[in-house]
Amino acid sequence: MAIRVAGALESKPKKGVVDPIELLGRTILRARVLEDKLGNLYRAGRIVGGVYLGKGQEALSGAGGLALRKGDIFAPLIRDMAGRLGFGEPMVDALRAYLGSRLGPMKGRDGNIHRGDITRGILPMISHLGAMVSTVAGVLVAKRMKGEKGRVGLTCAGDGATSTGSFHEGLNLAAVEKLPLVVVVADNGYAYSTPRERQFACEDLVDRAKGYGVEGHGVDGTDPMACWKVLQHAVERAREGAGPQLVVGKLLRLCGHGEHDDGSYVEKKIKSSERGRDCLKVMEEGIKKRGQEKEWQGWREEAQREVEEAVAKVSAEPVPDPFEEDWRATQSDGMAEVMVAS
Amino acid sequence: MSVTYLDAIRSAQEKALRDDPRVFIYGQDVGKFGGAFKATKNLAEKFPGRVVDSPISEDAMVGMAVGAAMEGMRPIVEMQFADFSTVGLNQMLNHAATTFWRTGKPCPMVLRLPSGGTPGSGPFHSQSMEAIYSHYPGIVVMTPATVEDAYTMLLEAIELPDPVVFCEHKLLYYHLKSEALPESAVPAFRARVVRTGRDITCVTYSAMVHEAVAAAEELAEEGYEVEVVDLRTVKPLDTDTVLASVARTGRLLAVGESWPWGGASAEVVARVASEGFELLDAPPKRLNAKDTPIPYHPNLWAAHRPTAVRIAAGLREVLRY
Repeated sequence: MAIRVAGALESKPKKGVVDPIELLGRTILRARVLEDKLGNLYRAGRIVGGVYLGKGQEALSGAGGLALRKGDIFAPLIRDMAGRLGFGEPMVDALRAYLGSRLGPMKGRDGNIHRGDITRGILPMISHLGAMVSTVAGVLVAKRMKGEKGRVGLTCAGDGATSTGSFHEGLNLAAVEKLPLVVVVADNGYAYSTPRERQFACEDLVDRAKGYGVEGHGVDGTDPMACWKVLQHAVERAREGAGPQLVVGKLLRLCGHGEHDDGSYVEKKIKSSERGRDCLKVMEEGIKKRGQEKEWQGWREEAQREVEEAVAKVSAEPVPDPFEEDWRATQSDGMAEVMVAS
Repeated sequence: MSVTYLDAIRSAQEKALRDDPRVFIYGQDVGKFGGAFKATKNLAEKFPGRVVDSPISEDAMVGMAVGAAMEGMRPIVEMQFADFSTVGLNQMLNHAATTFWRTGKPCPMVLRLPSGGTPGSGPFHSQSMEAIYSHYPGIVVMTPATVEDAYTMLLEAIELPDPVVFCEHKLLYYHLKSEALPESAVPAFRARVVRTGRDITCVTYSAMVHEAVAAAEELAEEGYEVEVVDLRTVKPLDTDTVLASVARTGRLLAVGESWPWGGASAEVVARVASEGFELLDAPPKRLNAKDTPIPYHPNLWAAHRPTAVRIAAGLREVLRY
């Protein structure tokens, strides 16, 4: 069932045609520039809470976000800045969540990577791994019941998340219901500090697709255009009714688990292997070979401007105020219980 | 024609399915089979595609409902037994319960829990889960004790914009009967004074209401008038009705079928002690099951849970102070 695709970065752009290489290239760049900035802001003490970056995973993640359309559902995990930007999440939403602006989608009640906007189809993840698989399945069941056709849901996971019962239950449920769900697993070598050999015993996670009765697609997650092709194909298969799709990208997390972690446990051998390639560099080299070195530089500068403008804007925004907070966790009448002790 | 507590639950679901296209039922064996307790009997035939069998995946069942609720549906998830909902706790407590707070968007869903002990059910088919769910913000927890409440409160639960845990007591399913389905309801989130009395207040909920009423009848023969308050909904807790009753009687026994550490009965005692201390003529007491897993053999089970006899003894103890 598993297919493997090799990318092609050498194709030339054509006038008047959307160039997937440019689309994905710019998305990877925007994500990297923004995340570099977030790392700096973290070290400068400007961030409330932790910072979790997706360095090295931008091609796989971004290709997933870009493969979706408006009206689809995207449920990212912690390393999916590129997917979020590709799907259309405004950059200011990310900064509002990280810098604690009251104007953000979570209003300071939740932060950083947990942000989401249900009205835009971006589900706000909870920290418990695997939980979003069944949740996206639920959105798709609801859409089917409402007669809404042609929608796809895509959710992301890491190799660590595949060890949870929640991941298994969710994917199995989606397979039973034959839902248009795409599950993208970034097999990035480590779950926090635990190497993949301590996480699962099968050779390749994509082989599990057969066991679930879903279509599986393995891809070199460091090869941007291979990611593009596989994600385009998987989303198309889901959309045409072929049921859930399991995409497994092999790559390496090129940073610590969070910015508090130096990732010193990552073995040198794996860093210098094919798996340890930086998708951004692969992209850059391909773009240069295409003769678009100037464009690439322009895109980078554009991304830098966008990030700086967004940081400046969000830095001036109001922070949450406990006295203006209504402290209600439910909407039901009579639920605002005022406890004497509080 | 009489209506059982279980009939009321089935009828409420049928009415909701008929009246509201957003409602659907998801659970193990709920489809053609009609559910382990037959709470969805014939509903799959009447509402094709809306009463759906799930895999044995409690986590994914609740997670699926969370997603469907976010997308505007009104899912009802039937757990086969309340005890198994522990497997789905993460999705309920960390996902459903936090959604409104985190996002400002509602997550309206009902988690139906066939709860409480029956003879021979043992440690894993007898639990009362209201304490765990009530501890977490963001969830309404209902514990109906009567046929009327089973019907009207389930309809309310389905209409509420919040996630609701609906604890229905298995011991009441077949034996508790009423003449007909109710046409009116006690206001939502309000406790109900089941029996008035001037000497002591017994606050309880779910199946224990019936044990408390039997204990009150026993004490009436001894000349004591026991006021029995049925909380109906344990979260939010109707502190006003409880305090008003204690103001009349000056004494309190809170009873719960669940374990003694924490929980609804502990919350009642804590609130009365801190907010109504001067109303009390005696230390407020509470009575719960023993602090062990729930026993299988009926001899042990009957001694494990509060019963009318034990409640009567508890009431006498507070009255004697």
